[in-house]
Amino acid sequence: MSEILVAARDDIPEGGARIIEIGNLEIGVIRHEDAFYAYRNFCPHQGGPVCEGIRMAGVYDDVDPEGLFHGQKFDKADMHIVCPWHGYEYRLKDGVNVCDARLKLRKYEVTERDGNVYITV
Amino acid sequence: MNVADRQVTKVRDLTTEPFNTSTHLAHAQQQADARGYEDFLIVDVDSHHYENEASTEIADYVENEVMRNEILYQGISRKGISTGFGQYQDLGGRLVRYPRRKSEEVPETPHRDITLMRRWMDAMGVDIACMFPTPLLNLGLSPRVDLEVELAMGYNRWLCERVLQEDHRLKSMLYLPFNDPEACLKVIEMFGDKPGVIGFMVTSTRYRGVYDNAYVRTYRMLEERGLPLGFHTGLGGQEPGLSTCNRFLTLHALGFAWHNMLHLSNWVINGLPERFPKLKVMWIEAGLAWLPFLMQRLDNEYMMRHSDAPLLKRKPSEYMREMFYTSQPMEMVDNARALELTFEMIGAETQLLYSSDYPHWDMDLPSVIYDLPFLTEGAKRNILGGNAQRVFNLDPVLSERKRARQAEKARASA
Ligand code: FES
Repeated sequence: MSEILVAARDDIPEGGARIIEIGNLEIGVIRHEDAFYAYRNFCPHQGGPVCEGIRMAGVYDDVDPEGLFHGQKFDKADMHIVCPWHGYEYRLKDGVNVCDARLKLRKYEVTERDGNVYITV
Repeated sequence: MNVADRQVTKVRDLTTEPFNTSTHLAHAQQQADARGYEDFLIVDVDSHHYENEASTEIADYVENEVMRNEILYQGISRKGISTGFGQYQDLGGRLVRYPRRKSEEVPETPHRDITLMRRWMDAMGVDIACMFPTPLLNLGLSPRVDLEVELAMGYNRWLCERVLQEDHRLKSMLYLPFNDPEACLKVIEMFGDKPGVIGFMVTSTRYRGVYDNAYVRTYRMLEERGLPLGFHTGLGGQEPGLSTCNRFLTLHALGFAWHNMLHLSNWVINGLPERFPKLKVMWIEAGLAWLPFLMQRLDNEYMMRHSDAPLLKRKPSEYMREMFYTSQPMEMVDNARALELTFEMIGAETQLLYSSDYPHWDMDLPSVIYDLPFLTEGAKRNILGGNAQRVFNLDPVLSERKRARQAEKARASA
């Protein structure tokens, strides 16, 4: 295990992302609502650059207890990473695919220290 | 390498990085290199460019000046020309190559479409690609038959002159204005021998039966010239039943299969394979999952209703096994058994042709075929390129990039 300096915290703006390449290994570091997340930039579908996609809130069908449909809404608390190749969506907080939980992004630990962001590889 | 010794070798700032096809597909290139695609030919039989971005150029090639004026004014992809329901395949901005493609920088020459095609082809390891339009795939639904003919002529002339003749890696099965059977003959005569033209394409979303006597001369002409006829399917959300699909997913899942199921069924049951035995017929972009279903369905009913299909000498599925299919979007990724059986049922080793459909949302890389555990290396290579080479009579020339890699490999092993 080694700790790798990603950037100074302020160098990654809110909503921004960075791809760190360590040899053949690409890791995406994403800043969202002041927290940092790091995943391998590799989608288990066809190998797409998953961290290079946009982040978008999950969509849900608003259905009331009677079973009536009231439209589609965004769930802002459930942010997704969207793979830019075909649109597979993964939960930002744990990297689990939202359609099939067997598909997961490889997650890396992120630490912040003295205004810097590090990942543990 | 010891993990502790690892050094950051590159940093990319996505906040400022411009969109570029080669970067977008860098992993595809890694796949291609890792699998050694430089050792064999890969032909992509269904890919696309956005002809609507060249609307003003195409307008110059449209002869009717009233229509040319209209196309100049509003382009060729908006309602009134190529209409369509549920057209939000870019997933509301989730697929970044849709909104960002327009900002991709290209050199002044060659034509923008050529540069973009080359970029993704090199990334994926594709040597030769058959390109189809995007919005014009809906043109067959226009009630304005004269417009379909004018635009087909203009688009075909533009594509031949500005794109195909400039790069031998780019091919097309040209648009047939199928609502005007006489014009189809003219199109084949005018363009059948042009460089890069490897067949002709009918868009499947339309309302005239393929068995109509009006098409007999078209089929005969293609058969005599040895040019394949492809049916490129589409959404067809205007169909009364399909128009109830309120989600793109349902419309796409059903519509793309439905329109080719319809024409293929009519094709076989009306005995067209017996009437045009040498005509190569290809079914494009409907995936594969519908094929076992249709084979079983048609065979079962044929046994009970011979008088509905008296021209047939064999079961419908046997004719279907002699037709050609493009691979994308290849379903059953989670069910290798179903996929393997499907491959067996359609005789995939000789009848299936790899297609990416790039840059559309559900594109497939060559690895979807190359990584299938149940195929032999020979079968993989047939599906990825060999079958297309035979069906279209292609010169199996590898891309410059692959040839360079081969030379590099040879040097390294010397
Ligand atoms: S590779 Fe990520 S969605 Fe297909």
